[in-house]
Amino acid sequence: MPNNLTTPHSYRGKLIVVEGIDGSGKTTQLGLLAKWLIAAGHRVFLTEWNSSDLVKAATKLGKKKNALTPMTFSLLHATDFADRLLYRIIPPLKAGMIVLADRYAYTAFTRDVARGVDREWVRELYGFAVKPDVRLYFRVPIEMSLERLLARRMKLKFYEAGMDMGWSTNAIESFRLFQSKVLEEYDRVTDEFAMSVIDGARSISEQQHIVRDLVSRAIAEPQPQEAIS
Amino acid sequence: MTPEPAPGPTPPGDRATPGTYYGRGLPYLPLDSYPGKLIAIEGTDGVGRSTQIRLLREWLEVQGYGVIETGWTRSPLMRPTIDLAKASNTLNKLTFVLLYATDFADRLEKEIVPALKAGFVVLADRYIYTALARGAIRGIDKAWLRGVYGFAIVPHLVFYLKVDVDTLIRRVLESGGMDYWESGMDLKVGDDIYDSFRAYQNRLLREYGTLTEEFGFRVVDARQPIDVIQNHLRHQIGTFLKVQ
Repeated sequence: MPNNLTTPHSYRGKLIVVEGIDGSGKTTQLGLLAKWLIAAGHRVFLTEWNSSDLVKAATKLGKKKNALTPMTFSLLHATDFADRLLYRIIPPLKAGMIVLADRYAYTAFTRDVARGVDREWVRELYGFAVKPDVRLYFRVPIEMSLERLLARRMKLKFYEAGMDMGWSTNAIESFRLFQSKVLEEYDRVTDEFAMSVIDGARSISEQQHIVRDLVSRAIAEPQPQEAIS
Repeated sequence: MTPEPAPGPTPPGDRATPGTYYGRGLPYLPLDSYPGKLIAIEGTDGVGRSTQIRLLREWLEVQGYGVIETGWTRSPLMRPTIDLAKASNTLNKLTFVLLYATDFADRLEKEIVPALKAGFVVLADRYIYTALARGAIRGIDKAWLRGVYGFAIVPHLVFYLKVDVDTLIRRVLESGGMDYWESGMDLKVGDDIYDSFRAYQNRLLREYGTLTEEFGFRVVDARQPIDVIQNHLRHQIGTFLKVQ
């Protein structure tokens, strides 16, 4: 099957995705980007990983009983993603809007593989995904991410810390172990899918400057014209 | 990174080794020629799968085999979600396919693999072929779907209980009617539920025909009396278990 994720799409809109571990600053950057785009008169649609109602129930149930295996975790997120792609990403793209995605299929390629799922299998699984026009990866070292999360007094999330893997009962230690595997996978993914790597240790405004530059170049590319029929 | 070559279309049934993964399996769950046996009973609605499985279980247990049953969409994790999705009718074909795959993964890891490890005979009421058939008539890419189910374990025996469409329709009607999804109403083949049901079941039977060739099912004429089918199944399963 033609892999959509590696084939440019033909929708009128643009798809911009940000990736990075928790505490990498990607959500902050995406928020600033949205402000700028809206101020410039663009129609913007925001979507987040793991946010559709369909699988929330199952994820919750699985978490409560610690019943999700790496494979069911992976497939549940793919289900959630398929639902969001078809109802919340493709329609605005068809309508010519700019879709901003906080995490995308690449999150699955890093997290699921860090959990032990087959690297090629998960890439094939997401073969139906639309290729983003801009792919941003905010790279930070584990310690910086942890420092930021803890400074905000955020409780480390169960799955984000990889607590389901049982590597450590200490959330911080588990986070370190799990997220360092995730970071290794991000290094593969950024090469493989030609992502723009942004140094998340730089100042917020410096990063945003780079982001806006990359995005404005992508937006300037001609959009396919809708046939008049 | 150099991508590894994608696995070709599913290997034909006669080349796939029972008890191994069909394609890309679970790296964290290597299968190590477990003593248990996996026997799948496939077929459309109303062919008497559950009756045959109940009788097989009784017979096997009398002979001293430990038996575990597993059914399609019966995992505790996914059952409520699948029911919810069916009821709310928001399920598009892709999420439909992925929900079933999630359910299957859950049962594979929590029921099937542990049972095979412990030496049970696992009787599967429907198997991945149900998903392949339903997906195919909904226009899901066949190679993609086989790739997704690459983590499925190749059964030792697959029986396909086959009927013609007229018999099938009569049996489903007698047993309490058609449901929206099983009659393929989501495919919008027609507004009339009977026409839709008939067209859907026809396509399904054709698809099962294709799968029979691909995976080498043992075909059983499900129009025969229950005891005749049962004796046939017992004979084949008995022979297989004795050889092992």
